[in-house]
Amino acid sequence: MDALEIARWQFGITTVYHFMMVPLTIGLGLVVAVMQTIWHRTGNPAYLRMTKFWGKLFLINFIMGVATGIVQEFQFGMAWSEYSRFVGDVFGAPLALEALLAFFVESTFLGLWIFGWKQLKPGVHLACLWIAVVGSFFSAYFIIVANSWMQHPVGVTMIDGRPVMTDAWAVFTNNTALVAVPHTLFGALAVAGGFLLGIAWYHLWRRRRDGIDTVGADGKVIAGEAAIPGRDRTDYTVWIKSLRIGAVVAMISFAGTALTGDLQGKLMFEQQPMKMAAAEAACHDGTGFSVLSVGNLGSRNCDDIVALIEVPGILSYLAKGDFTTEVKGVNSLLDQYKADYGTHLPDNPIYGDRAGQEIEYVPVMEVTYWGFRAMIGFGGLAALAALVALWLTRKGTVPESRWLMRLAVFGILAPFGANAAGWIFTEMGRQPFVVAPNPDLNGIDQVFMFTAAAVSPGVSAGEILTSLIVLTLIYAVLLVVEVKLLVKYVRGGVASAMPELVHAPVDENEDATPRDGGPDKPGTSDDVLAFAY
Amino acid sequence: MELLPTIWFIAIAVLWTGYLFLEGFDLGVGMLMKIFARNNTERRVLLNTIGPVWDGNEVWLLTAGGATFAAFPFWYASLFSALYLPLLLVLVALIFRAVAFEYRGKVDTDRWRNTWDWAIAVGSFLAAFGVGAALGLTTTGLPLDANGDRDGGPFAWFSWYAVLGGLAVVGFALLHALAFLALKTDGDVRHRARQWFVRLLPVLLLPMAGWAIGVQVLSGEAWTLVVLAVAVVAAAVAWAQARKGNEGRAFLAIGVFLLSGSASIFGAVFPVVLPSTIDPAFNLTIANASSSDYTLGLMSIVACVGLPLVIAYQAWTYWVFRRRVSAAHIPEAHSFLPAVAAKALIRKD
Repeated sequence: MDALEIARWQFGITTVYHFMMVPLTIGLGLVVAVMQTIWHRTGNPAYLRMTKFWGKLFLINFIMGVATGIVQEFQFGMAWSEYSRFVGDVFGAPLALEALLAFFVESTFLGLWIFGWKQLKPGVHLACLWIAVVGSFFSAYFIIVANSWMQHPVGVTMIDGRPVMTDAWAVFTNNTALVAVPHTLFGALAVAGGFLLGIAWYHLWRRRRDGIDTVGADGKVIAGEAAIPGRDRTDYTVWIKSLRIGAVVAMISFAGTALTGDLQGKLMFEQQPMKMAAAEAACHDGTGFSVLSVGNLGSRNCDDIVALIEVPGILSYLAKGDFTTEVKGVNSLLDQYKADYGTHLPDNPIYGDRAGQEIEYVPVMEVTYWGFRAMIGFGGLAALAALVALWLTRKGTVPESRWLMRLAVFGILAPFGANAAGWIFTEMGRQPFVVAPNPDLNGIDQVFMFTAAAVSPGVSAGEILTSLIVLTLIYAVLLVVEVKLLVKYVRGGVASAMPELVHAPVDENEDATPRDGGPDKPGTSDDVLAFAY
Repeated sequence: MELLPTIWFIAIAVLWTGYLFLEGFDLGVGMLMKIFARNNTERRVLLNTIGPVWDGNEVWLLTAGGATFAAFPFWYASLFSALYLPLLLVLVALIFRAVAFEYRGKVDTDRWRNTWDWAIAVGSFLAAFGVGAALGLTTTGLPLDANGDRDGGPFAWFSWYAVLGGLAVVGFALLHALAFLALKTDGDVRHRARQWFVRLLPVLLLPMAGWAIGVQVLSGEAWTLVVLAVAVVAAAVAWAQARKGNEGRAFLAIGVFLLSGSASIFGAVFPVVLPSTIDPAFNLTIANASSSDYTLGLMSIVACVGLPLVIAYQAWTYWVFRRRVSAAHIPEAHSFLPAVAAKALIRKD
């Protein structure tokens, strides 16, 4: 492997990893904010417990997103300096604005939320969380504006071979971004939904297994209490509500991703037709959607690919909204791309050893074809599971089956898989371009960049390999640590996030003290700060 | 006159200074975890002084990096790619440090805490040193060719200014952290921090003085020398105020030292943003490294609104958490009984 390939692996690995933490942060943040709002409005102690418990898991995950996010901003310059030089005039701005307008907000107000339970008035404290959550939405928006410009460059003219921003409004309202943002946010919510559902299921199952909750003759749950701090009837309410919220969120967000994904697909058939053809492994022009295609997809040679099962008309619907329009396949697109962007990379030192090589316009179809299907499949599976979960828990608790419980916990991974597959599909499908050409612009104005030209010329393959190995190892270790901590806190139940449940007698009006905003009982030592560390 | 690039050069100098001012003390507090705090309670005092704010402070680094990318893409691309391995080290340090803050208290064993304490201390040290080295080099030069790429192997960036810059930021961070702890804690930690501050000030500021003087020799002007003199005076004032027990004034004086010190350094380098040690013709300057006026104008408008807002709400955060922390406030580490492992206690209703 040369520097370019290693740098691509590194970007892929670090980004997919980062994007395991990010959707959970975005989705769970919103859910926790809603929970705290309900508690604030109603004073229902179950919602305080939910806020604390899910909030704790949120923070364990949030910090990993922060830590791995810095790598993202640095590696554009470190490993992709030619890319940074080429796109800097337009691509740097959304990144800078993300830090200035969104990430500052997110991290500062989250700090206030974590430590401010006692210093701030309840309404202000709640507002801090909401501000942080909205900050995370804006963060997503700016990053997607940057990414969408790579998918569909707008608002620029070429000056001295570089795109220069001429229309910021066009960049920040790029239609690619406007559909990708809701798609991503719904994807994030799907992750949160599955997370709530799986963990709440586990706790309800545990309560039944431990004999705390029982089932009456009519099949309805009889919630009980155990003489363990935090395992009372309120605890039951926490989990059943969490489960139902999770299931509903999972279903709504799947509907949301499907609707926005459909819009996105139609746009992508116009903007990056080759990506969509490769998503279908559709070699020839036609209308049919492939349910199963076999052959050597990785060979990128259309002669090797046979569509075994095809549903006529569906591809046309995905692309154009009707059932008859012919959609161009890889073969005819290939001729068009060669005519528009050349058959060989220019003889320019910027391409290194690849200068003058033939350009491979067809993305790796194994990845695009199966990535596209994995995204939809995992997403649909999670939504279906949520529906089944609601049905199975209609009488107030989960079945005793250990197997079902394991399935529910394992199901947490499905929306993560859908998110990762979606990103891998859209980024790999853009190849061989790092900045894909915008088909609406023509001739000399054409803005595009081949990935082969983007890597840092002054950096050796050995350096990038070092960082690839170091970062991958660290990420692997930290993933183990994070998951272990999450498991520990999940098993600990609400009490793990609310030591006051353990160390003070449980008061039915447990929400009274903090809501008053008054001074704490004298003699308690932690009245200066809410000690999170 | 390159107006907008000049403004953005100043803006980036301000962002780096803001970063060093804010994260300076939390990096320093991180380092002090192992060399200053004597027991777990004191470590928790230290951590809780920076707990609510360190993450917000770190965003200054991201903003400085992002603004450099947006305003001076050629500067960003050359500096970050030339310093590939040192910046990798900074990243690793920042990752461990961030995770350590959050995870340290999550398992109640000495071994667990000790591991993360080391991660905080070493991570803070390496992050401070690496950022300092990068700033030291961007003000004194890297072996860049005509395209702005590093000429030579993975360590061709090395010069003694990297070490000096690294030590400068480490020393400053430590001193700043002592001033901060004297201001933010009470009891033994507070008094010891002040003592250390008075005793160590000359040593800890020496490398930064060396770096600033070095830059003056390379590219200084009359006004930057005057500003540097202000920095020296501010350091003396900080020392005298700390001796008298005026912790707030000492902290402020250290802030003035940083502000004037960095103004003298960035001012001396201007209008070069990254000198090439191979040929001055390859220098990156505000003229040949910057983005278009359109982009800079857009960013200026956003920054004029955004930056004061950031400063305002971050200042509010410090106000909210203004009270001193002392060992007496630190509650017992709470251990919890895992709900699911407590079957024996279950009572059936």
